[in-house]
Amino acid sequence: MESSQADMNREIEAAAQQPGGPQPKIDYPPYRSSVLRHPKQPAHLIDPESVELWAPAFGHRDVADDEADLTIQHAGTPIGERIVVTGRVLDGDGRPVANQLVEVWQANAAGRYRHQRDQHPAPHDPNFTGVGRMLTGPDGTYRFQTIKPGPYPWRNHLNAWRPAHIHFSIFGSDFTQRLVTQMYFPGDPLFPLDPIYQSITDPKARELLIAQYDHDVTTPEWSTGYRWDIVLTGTHRTPLESDVEENA
Amino acid sequence: MSAVPGQTVGPFFHLGLEYPGMNELVPPSHPRAVRLHGRVLDGNGDPVPDAVLEIWQADPQGHIVREPGSLRRDGWTFTGWGRAATDPDGHYQFATLEPGATEPGRAPFFAVTVFARGLLDRLFTRAYLPDDTDALATDPLLDAIAPDRRSTLIATREPNGLVFDVRLQGEGETVFLTYPRLRDAWA
Ligand SMILES: [Fe+2]
Repeated sequence: MESSQADMNREIEAAAQQPGGPQPKIDYPPYRSSVLRHPKQPAHLIDPESVELWAPAFGHRDVADDEADLTIQHAGTPIGERIVVTGRVLDGDGRPVANQLVEVWQANAAGRYRHQRDQHPAPHDPNFTGVGRMLTGPDGTYRFQTIKPGPYPWRNHLNAWRPAHIHFSIFGSDFTQRLVTQMYFPGDPLFPLDPIYQSITDPKARELLIAQYDHDVTTPEWSTGYRWDIVLTGTHRTPLESDVEENA
Repeated sequence: MSAVPGQTVGPFFHLGLEYPGMNELVPPSHPRAVRLHGRVLDGNGDPVPDAVLEIWQADPQGHIVREPGSLRRDGWTFTGWGRAATDPDGHYQFATLEPGATEPGRAPFFAVTVFARGLLDRLFTRAYLPDDTDALATDPLLDAIAPDRRSTLIATREPNGLVFDVRLQGEGETVFLTYPRLRDAWA
């Protein structure tokens, strides 16, 4: 008894009647796989201590410069719309998160992941893996070049499609700021239909996941550009100037 | 400033997050290597085969490590951080060193982050070493947890290491943690 998109839309609307605030509701039945995978007990609030006040350090030995270009990982050029995505990683007090690791992964232009479990019958692109890594600069800037991912079907309900997105994994300057999320593209018609995006029931909060088209990032005769700033939660330890040098 | 919300790591995280040696903070042949391992289970007690755990820990002397090199391990530098995906049985494992107490008399622990397909936001918890019963008895976090749930935060010892299972939901549900700045950001 698979739900239709119309059933799903009703469930999404019903869930939005009990707003869960600016974070995703981890108890969100419209996302079927979440039902048995979310804790039912409230999280226990503690003051972070020892290692929780610090984040792992990454450096240039961890990440090569060319890992920020997803279009040059094979002999040929990948098919699709070449884009640059850039922005700053900031902590909750507006301070840049410098020298920290950003990991991204995504489907190709046809909406297919290079992953064994992706059975969507769309073509693989022999010239596209869909994985990138980079370190933020001194002002928190990250930047990578890629191909705009396509939307793809999944089996949450009948005719379920994910809006096009890029997965992001981000570290802050303390352990508690760890974030894994998804960046979306402006104006996607699939937004209202997608239970993963809609699991954030506060519209202003979920819009923080949408990159903005930025013509200043677009380059002539080459690629279009998107800007997406990533604000983490606040640090519990006042970062020192020396943090940056230590990580360098 | 408004913090960006999380989203699930999804089913295809292996593509972006896996790399060689990610779960070997030290080579398994290291004379002091221990195996930290366990299973991730759902609300039915079934294995979660598409979860990913990260650990972040002090070194055996209780020092907080500031060394890069977790992505390209050189076999000698202990970085204190690692990542492991679960297998089809929901099992994960790390080769690591046991963390020391960062302050005298405190109970050493691994800080643990959990991600999974079906889990819309990451979860934080701790895996304490089981040995220093005096320190465990006076630990402020454990002391604040109902006695019947404390054991979910304490690894158990076996001959070559430590076992720490994560139950996402239901009977024996792991105690997950939140922190003041998270609460304030999303108040
Ligand atoms: Fe995805």
